[in-house]
Amino acid sequence: MIITVKLFASFRSGRFDIKSCEYPPGTTVADVADSLKLPQGELGIMMINSRHVKLERVLVEGDTLALFPLLGGG
Amino acid sequence: MDKIARIDMGAAGGPKVTVGGLGDYAGLGGRAMTSLMVAAEVHPLAHPLGAENKLVISPGMLSGTTGSMTGRLSVGCKSPLTGTIKESNAGGQAAQVLARLGYAAVVLEGKPATDDIYKIYINKDGIQVIMDNSLKLMNNYPVIEKLRKEYGDKVAYMSIGSAGERKLLSASIACTDPELRPTRHCGRGGVGAVMGAKGIKAIILDDAGMKMRPPKDPEKYRDANRKFVEGLRKHPVTGEGLPAYGTNVLTNVLNEAGGYPTNNFKSGQFAKASDLSGETQAALEISRGGNATHGCHRGCVIQCSGIYNDKDGNYVTKQPEYETVWSHGGHCGISNLDTVAKLDYMDDNIGVDTIEMGVTIGVAMDAGLAEFGDDAGAIRLMEEVEKGTPLGRVLGSGAAITGKVFGVERVPVVKDQALPAYDPRAVQGIGVTYATTTQGADHTAGYAIATNILKVGGDVDPLKTEGQIELSRNLQIATAAIDSTGMCLFIAFAIMDQPETFQALLDMLGSFHGIEMTGDDVVALGKKVLSAERDFNTRAGFTKHHDRLPRFFYNEPIAPHNQTFMMKDEELDEVFNW
Ligand code: SF4
Repeated sequence: MIITVKLFASFRSGRFDIKSCEYPPGTTVADVADSLKLPQGELGIMMINSRHVKLERVLVEGDTLALFPLLGGG
Repeated sequence: MDKIARIDMGAAGGPKVTVGGLGDYAGLGGRAMTSLMVAAEVHPLAHPLGAENKLVISPGMLSGTTGSMTGRLSVGCKSPLTGTIKESNAGGQAAQVLARLGYAAVVLEGKPATDDIYKIYINKDGIQVIMDNSLKLMNNYPVIEKLRKEYGDKVAYMSIGSAGERKLLSASIACTDPELRPTRHCGRGGVGAVMGAKGIKAIILDDAGMKMRPPKDPEKYRDANRKFVEGLRKHPVTGEGLPAYGTNVLTNVLNEAGGYPTNNFKSGQFAKASDLSGETQAALEISRGGNATHGCHRGCVIQCSGIYNDKDGNYVTKQPEYETVWSHGGHCGISNLDTVAKLDYMDDNIGVDTIEMGVTIGVAMDAGLAEFGDDAGAIRLMEEVEKGTPLGRVLGSGAAITGKVFGVERVPVVKDQALPAYDPRAVQGIGVTYATTTQGADHTAGYAIATNILKVGGDVDPLKTEGQIELSRNLQIATAAIDSTGMCLFIAFAIMDQPETFQALLDMLGSFHGIEMTGDDVVALGKKVLSAERDFNTRAGFTKHHDRLPRFFYNEPIAPHNQTFMMKDEELDEVFNW
């Protein structure tokens, strides 16, 4: 299945900003992070289609997954 | 900080300075000082620009010490924008210098009989109030340039631009940064108009010959400060994210979450958000020889700020904050960072609140004064404010007034103060804070974004109502306390997640005063401040019916979540029920 993955802030270095990726059915957010060598401890904000999700969430065809490190501002 | 200076601008024969002890205000600083004093001494029905209002300027409880992050200055008064009590704080050098000079507060009182303008010079020998009409209607950058020739570079400056002198309701008070640029503003609520009404153009703070404020227990203080700094360096937000990208790293986050108010709150996502993002901004700043990591005062270890240069490498402005990039950017359909930077410079120079001004321009665009996405149109409207034309005066008086004058229904304000950069329909928790804070719509008063969106200090679903009241209550209490310490609020990201860093903060406060400080003491301080503020607002005529968002947030769902603001009125009324 095809997933759009978006990376932000420091996660972009050495990787990409946005990319369409092929993953097998049943892939979780944690699997995607592993495949991109993003340490789980560094994951701050995870969203699928603009909604916050957890690591074990299973992706489906056409999802947009956004991954951010822990961030703040104001 | 063992004295309070009062300057009566209406005294017969000219301004009169009285310096006295702390009295009932002993131990207070920052927001605790300004709010308790305004609540006790200002008539709640006073005209904000009249003789009965007071402008209280107070460094935080730990300002002027060797403690890091302690450079926050609070300014308080009855707000001409909202009619409520107001505390507006800023970084820059002023708090440290004023605290080392020994003043827990400088209070501007009365009303001058003439339209002469004055500057106040404070040094170790005392306070002089000097008439200087040569400064009339100058803006902040040229004023500081001129004053530097007279007072040099080893001082801190506070000033108002032309907006403050014209008593525009969005007028700010500028504080200079370590490079003496007037870029740090007590922005919200029109505090600059109150300073203008007192006839004060600038305050020069000179701490030559003064020492750091000594803690009661120096060893413990040093140790606590070291642990505190370690905690800030270790946390990913205060140690990495904020230094590298600044607050504008939020553009992509809020846009992704569908909470980025676009084209005057018509959508929760902006197609061109990535052009405005902190990632884009930091790369641009570095490529132009600017700086993406800069502190607004000496002693800041987070350094969320930066320097924004033009394409030829010349200084334009400090790194525009997320709020500014949003208000002048996505809120107005504008996606060019150079336009935003120019408007940021104009805000700082004219001396207006960047949130109020940007939101107002978006409302003016809704009224047809310019098209959304019209960069030149936005700059043209700001030039009207700069010139002080009748149109400029309307715009400079904020979103609520502009909406009324031009017949706009969608006006994002609470208690007549413009909403910041988070849509309350997509982030219900921040809507609770906007509606109920004593200050008029204000994100910093109870930054529910942390838990709703950023997942720092807990996890509350931004699209649901559950848990939001309690969250906003606790954040508002904690913030009122932090705003009193002189600490930059961004320390909250680390202290919410790391108990040992919170303990280090308590130990700093305790060892400075030679007492034990507990979390309960902090909560008690926060409640005391909020209670005084609420009480003032009640006496000024505010009721629970003012603690609401504008109706369109309840009636118009916003994309992509197609949700409205769902908190019930009865729930909002529980925020201060502790
Ligand atoms: S973190 Fe940012 S706002 Fe806070 S003191 Fe440092 S530079 Fe100033």
